[in-house]
Amino acid sequence: MGRSGPGRIIAIVFSGAVVGVLSYLLYLAFADSANTPQSTWMPMSDNTDNIHAVYQVVFYLAAAVFILILFLTLLFTLMFREREGAVAQQFHGNSKLEVLLVGVPVLIVVAMMVPSFKAIAQNTADPPKGALEVVAIGHQWWFEFQYPEFGITTANELHVPAGRAVSVTLKSNDVIHSFWVPQLVGKVDMVPGHTNHLWFTPDTARDEAYLAQCAEFCGASHANMRFRVFVDTEAKFSDWTKATAADAAKPASELAKAGEQQFTASGCIGCHTVKGNPLAQGKAGPNLTHIGSRTTIASGILPNSAEPMHKWLANPPAVKPGSKMPNLALTEEQIQKLTAYLESLK
Amino acid sequence: MATAVGTVGHTHEESTVWKWLTTVDHKKIGVLYLVTGFAFFLIGGIEAVLIRTQLAVPNGTVLDAGLYNQLFTMHALTMIFLAIMPMGAAFFNYFIPLHIGARDVAFPRLNALSYWVLLSGGLILTSSFLFGEAPDGGWFAYAPLTDETFSPNKGLDFYTVGLVVAGLASLMSSLNFAVTIINMRAPGMTMMRLPVYMWMTFVVAFLLILSLPVITVALLQLYFDRNFGTHFFTPGTGGDPILWQHLFWVFGHPEVYVLILPSMGIVSEVLPVMSRKPLFGYTAIVMAGAAIGVLGFGVWSHHMYTTGLGTVPQYVFSASTMAIGVPTGVKVFNWLGTMYGGNIRMTTATYYSIGFIALFTIGGISGVMHASPPVDGQHQDSYFIVAHIHYVLFGGAIMGIFSGLFYWFPKMTGRLLDETWGKIGFWFLFVGMNLTFFPMHFLGLAGMPRRIYTYDADLGWDTWNFVATIGVYILVVGILLFMLNVFMTLRKPATAGDDPWGGATLEWATSSPPPEHNFDVVPVVRDRDPLWYNRDHNIPMPERPAHLHIHMPPPSYFPLVLGIGILLIGVGALSSLAITALGVVVAYYAVWGWALEPTE
Repeated sequence: MGRSGPGRIIAIVFSGAVVGVLSYLLYLAFADSANTPQSTWMPMSDNTDNIHAVYQVVFYLAAAVFILILFLTLLFTLMFREREGAVAQQFHGNSKLEVLLVGVPVLIVVAMMVPSFKAIAQNTADPPKGALEVVAIGHQWWFEFQYPEFGITTANELHVPAGRAVSVTLKSNDVIHSFWVPQLVGKVDMVPGHTNHLWFTPDTARDEAYLAQCAEFCGASHANMRFRVFVDTEAKFSDWTKATAADAAKPASELAKAGEQQFTASGCIGCHTVKGNPLAQGKAGPNLTHIGSRTTIASGILPNSAEPMHKWLANPPAVKPGSKMPNLALTEEQIQKLTAYLESLK
Repeated sequence: MATAVGTVGHTHEESTVWKWLTTVDHKKIGVLYLVTGFAFFLIGGIEAVLIRTQLAVPNGTVLDAGLYNQLFTMHALTMIFLAIMPMGAAFFNYFIPLHIGARDVAFPRLNALSYWVLLSGGLILTSSFLFGEAPDGGWFAYAPLTDETFSPNKGLDFYTVGLVVAGLASLMSSLNFAVTIINMRAPGMTMMRLPVYMWMTFVVAFLLILSLPVITVALLQLYFDRNFGTHFFTPGTGGDPILWQHLFWVFGHPEVYVLILPSMGIVSEVLPVMSRKPLFGYTAIVMAGAAIGVLGFGVWSHHMYTTGLGTVPQYVFSASTMAIGVPTGVKVFNWLGTMYGGNIRMTTATYYSIGFIALFTIGGISGVMHASPPVDGQHQDSYFIVAHIHYVLFGGAIMGIFSGLFYWFPKMTGRLLDETWGKIGFWFLFVGMNLTFFPMHFLGLAGMPRRIYTYDADLGWDTWNFVATIGVYILVVGILLFMLNVFMTLRKPATAGDDPWGGATLEWATSSPPPEHNFDVVPVVRDRDPLWYNRDHNIPMPERPAHLHIHMPPPSYFPLVLGIGILLIGVGALSSLAITALGVVVAYYAVWGWALEPTE
């Protein structure tokens, strides 16, 4: 039956070596990918800790099955491949073995199910009392964040304090989007006509933002719908809320003052709110009261400085295809004024 | 053989084209399906190459966002509905009657109609590119992105009309296949002597019969929402976008099994024959296939874990989804058990079948991974899912289809495909497939969402995206080698003989290619592996009688005319009522002629 003696040993060693080396290389690649900026394998909150506890069980069980089946497939191919004079054994199965083997996937599945159920219960439980309330609203193609407690409305950059639970109410203004911060919270969709919830407690404050982006296909610029989460210390968060709740800074330079007028003249006020500017009450676009303090513009696809702002204002749909902000055919001078004004809105 | 097909009314010579247009022979229809399916496979492949070329480097500039979104939508629709399903149906058509010892399917003209309607659906869907308005809402077409507010162009109408028409074809052929398998088995072929491939076909037929009505209703509702001002799926007016997701996935998940079960059946035929021993655990494999079919209807919401399902539904749907891992595991064990103790002939068909086991297992395992809702919170809509579905659909369904192509090509043409070039082609496909799709696991782990036409350079996604693009070009070479192999082989004389592999099932008991009436004498089945039983018990093939009095259904052009009528109704639904009216007239004429056509 098949190969015996040295032939079988060679087949076993060869199959083991191939599958072993392959698995090790794949492990290295997975480990390398786990250490990337938007990694899903780097839990930094209670929510992602809960996920990670299951993910590890599931991942390593899957790896074990992968290794076993690949090894057996290769081994049987080598051991039983055609050779002169060999005769195939004629049998139709083995009832005892077959029933026993049903038990193997059952055990694996149960081992995955138990921790899954635990994590479901944890992550869909009600948020703890005293959680920070945030309302996140998806728009084509940007995220709006409201803090009812502080009267703050901002966009694309969410600030939260470390160590305090954040309870996010998810809504959509148009189509389905999905809120996902791989290192802080597993995704939950923003569905128009529905209100969804999620909560998470970030572990520690850090300067570097957590990267995130929309995870449900939502039209032309789905790829360009990104956001950032800043986990601040309690003190820094408190400063941020005070600064952000305040009215916009009055433009100081002449150019910026001219920009404020241009902001009205070009119709920007129709879609954007700038708190403290009584004319700018629009709601369709992001709130720009403190746009100058954000690190990015255009829902996180461009860094916030004069040159990208210039590029954005010159032709928004060229930067973000399908952008609801039209190309206003602004002149060079108008763009410079507007850029100065927007950058002054610290 | 022409004399054997003694039917009145078509004895005069007809052109080849006319023969193909009016054929009701299941084998010719099977070939039509195969050629059509493969053509769409190439179109879907070109779409894939464009997608991967755009993603080769960060901030790619090959495609713009709009075209990219059309291409990924059409890639999925083309591959699922117009390539894999028709290629599956091709083998069903060709081999159901041959496997069960019948002369044709139960309803030969309906069978021809199914093909023409499928072709109509494919043409409607694909023609959208000519208008620059291909569907761009994903194959899942989630509301309300797909309503007339957010998708004002015709793209989504091509989607609804094209899929309703293509679905009609699948529904008709599924009923036809189910009736054929129930009623037309050769004497002695009990259900538990049915070849596993036939069992999987049978399960697939029921999956489609039960799931297609759901998607058809949903598609019509979407069409109504877009064109007649209803609000089934639009929020704010009493509609609900989540309703669409339920309806879509109640169809969409069984559909996955529609795509994979035929290939599981093919592998279950190829492995025993090539291992020269009976299938290990026939009953277990059959029951596992049926269990997958049944459970497949109870898992749809695992596509919706992130929609805010709540706690209990997450428990329920993760449990049912993981449960599918059990019959799937049973099948893998049984295939390995079939190889065990064999004397395996390493043909190209064997290569593809063994490749299927390895690659499908990877897709199966990753499927169980995101059956866990917490894990799915990280996997959903990431490249991990893209890797998963391609291991199931390419590593599984396509590998199985290629195994079937190499296995059955000699039966269909009388010619063996070149084995050396076949194996070289296999290695190109195998290596290309793994280079393309395995890195997507890494990308998913690194947080790359799917369906994005662009990404930034500093996220650690560059290397693996580039590798995946290289992989797809290697795949292309593999496909070209296969096509070349087919063309070269067809130029050679037919020397394969009736039974080049020492097969166990009835199709190997007739000539290659089989005559129109399949079997001169309807075979008697005494065992699950009838030809092996006859061989081992020295039961000779029945003598060919001196005179064959076999009545075969005459060709008919009414299926084609009815297909054109349905095409016109579909085109009218996209343009003007006048064309629909014309379509109704044509269809009515065809039904009239069909009903009154003499079949004697």
